Amino acid sequence: MDPSSSKRVGLFATCLVDLFRPSVGFAAVKLLEDAGCTVSVPSQTCCGQPAFNSGDQADARALALQVMDSFANCDYVVAPSGSCAGMMAKHYPELFEGDPELQRRARAFAAKTFELVSFLTDVLGVTQVRASFPRTVTYHDSCSGLRELGVQAQPRKLLASVDGLELKEMKDSDVCCGFGGTFAAKFGEISGAIVERKTVDIIGSGAPVLLAGDLGCLMNMAGRLSRQGRAIEVRHVAEVLANMTDTPPIGAPAEKSAEKTA
Amino acid sequence: MSVHANPTSPHFKDNAHKALGDPQLQQAMGKLRIGFTAARAASAARLPEFEALRDSARDIKNHTLANLDLYLEAYEKKVVEAGGHVHYARDAAEARKIILDICKEKGAKTVAKGKSMISEEIALNEALDAAGVRPIETDLGEYIIQLRGEIPSHIIGPAVHLTKDQIEAEFRKAHTHLDKDRNLEEPTSLLAEARGVLREKFLSADIGLTGANFLIAETGSSVIVTNEGNGDLSQTLAKTHIVIASLEKIVPTLEDASQLLRVLARSATGQELSVYTTFSTGPRRDGDPDGPQDYHVVLLDNGRTSMIGTEFQEMLRCIRCGACMNHCPVYHAVGGHAYGWVYPGPMGAVLTPSLIGVEKGGLLPNASTFCGRCEAVCPMRIPLPKMMRHWREREFERHLTPSVQRAGLGAWAFFARRPALYRLATRIGMGALGFMGRNKGRFSKLPFASGWTQMRDFPAPEGETFQAQWKRERGGR
Repeated sequence: MDPSSSKRVGLFATCLVDLFRPSVGFAAVKLLEDAGCTVSVPSQTCCGQPAFNSGDQADARALALQVMDSFANCDYVVAPSGSCAGMMAKHYPELFEGDPELQRRARAFAAKTFELVSFLTDVLGVTQVRASFPRTVTYHDSCSGLRELGVQAQPRKLLASVDGLELKEMKDSDVCCGFGGTFAAKFGEISGAIVERKTVDIIGSGAPVLLAGDLGCLMNMAGRLSRQGRAIEVRHVAEVLANMTDTPPIGAPAEKSAEKTA
Repeated sequence: MSVHANPTSPHFKDNAHKALGDPQLQQAMGKLRIGFTAARAASAARLPEFEALRDSARDIKNHTLANLDLYLEAYEKKVVEAGGHVHYARDAAEARKIILDICKEKGAKTVAKGKSMISEEIALNEALDAAGVRPIETDLGEYIIQLRGEIPSHIIGPAVHLTKDQIEAEFRKAHTHLDKDRNLEEPTSLLAEARGVLREKFLSADIGLTGANFLIAETGSSVIVTNEGNGDLSQTLAKTHIVIASLEKIVPTLEDASQLLRVLARSATGQELSVYTTFSTGPRRDGDPDGPQDYHVVLLDNGRTSMIGTEFQEMLRCIRCGACMNHCPVYHAVGGHAYGWVYPGPMGAVLTPSLIGVEKGGLLPNASTFCGRCEAVCPMRIPLPKMMRHWREREFERHLTPSVQRAGLGAWAFFARRPALYRLATRIGMGALGFMGRNKGRFSKLPFASGWTQMRDFPAPEGETFQAQWKRERGGR
């Protein structure tokens, strides 16, 4: 691809990926670079969603401004998360209602912000990836990506191009896993009951691998499955699409995964 | 004191804990979770213009709310022209008094009631009982919960929290005059038994009281939809018919009501229309074969007009179909009674703080994962998660957010707003956590995360943060 036309993509890794699973960040970088983008990782902390959803508008606005400043020079902002991308693309403009100048900025920022997989397919026109994963997987549709951004067909389309991969849909793949950000901490027992219900459908699919596009949901489902003693492997969809599945699955120790993938 | 007067909403977590440990409730909720969602999906899919109808329904109500005063006046005029009476009640106490006064004037001993959530909202049954007037619930679900002394757990299925076996046991306990060996295995036999018991009560009731799904300004009519026909008997057989409705039930025209009816039942039960849709306009006219001699409408405000012009105005579009709760993972998990007052689920989480105050109802809008399924199915396109968030903002502004939660959020925001400090702190923190979790890849217990680890493990971080690795490998580009 002609470097002069290369799209300058700022990767918003999301705080969960930054802190807990950097390998998802590197998988996202690989997918974007393979598609011809020039990727940068501007200084970042969090998109502000926890503050926004807790009613703390002041901190949410401050963080939104911080993100918008930091990514000002990027043509696109891409996040491996429907939840954080939804915050930036759908809710940043709401945060500045009553301030036309900042709202205009937030709208412009929102317009260049995308969730990773839908950015690959819908903006870059990627139709297939070079990856091999000869396993049966099931895919959970994370709520924000699905209902705020319409991410549903895109990951399935790219997964279909992965060598050897078979997708077995679970029942009610579009029903919430019970994570809900701070909800999982504030209402741990209810959240636990909802994810318990979710694992019935995950297990019911018969697939030994669970994929999704949001690390929060993945940590929630992986946490419940491991508490149940289930050996279902849980990964971010970007890891599979980027052919980067050597890292241990979410919540698994290093050695175990080496045996599995060997 | 009853839940009506003394909401248990502040104890939502305790209520939820009990609900999660109640096997019969969990069994009943499992059925609801599957039944209603499938029915609604099939029904919406069968109608190509369903999405367009939702837009139109939203627009009708928005227009009505923008001109509510005009339509209320027009409606009142039409009711009076038809020979009926309109009473305005500012709050629950006024509404109860108006109804009790009518009962007193008529010397009423019994009131046959169609299903009405507004009657629940104003705790009418207790007031009637206290005044020596017997309220008789004629909707099967309401009848069952009246036997049990409960409030509805769902706005269209008051008894959805019960299993068939529980209902059968309740009937055998209450209907002691009936044959012990009768078959009550099927819902239809339960319905037949309730009908048998209720039939004579319809005939002897002094007053029939119903709610209203819509009030039509153009004609002065009230509309109810039922599947049992009990509302029709309640309002037609008694000499006096009282309609109790909140004032946002108004719609401009018959045509508007017809459009809203097209989304109501489809969203609620998946039916194209409810079995009975009944329009009532004033009392019996000369030459009418039946109908009441007196027709009263009690219009309840109870805080609704103060929602107009606020970020909660859109809530007043609600037509009480119940789709939001039918699709809510939290409602599925804990049932309606956990919400602690009259209105459960997502619509209740928005409406309850408006009606009983955010001090008492403030936990409810927090009890949502913001999965957005409620908004996705709401026939009136009410942005329920957005309005729950507005309640959280009001709580936060007024420092009603629990202090531990506020402190945690504050500490997190402190670092998040200082990127360099954040990188330093997270680099150290994740390094340590990653090291500690290396062998198992997860933690089964973590300080400050008991809410999480009670039910699930906490996956360990890989160790080095993404930003640190990126800087090391790519020089921080």
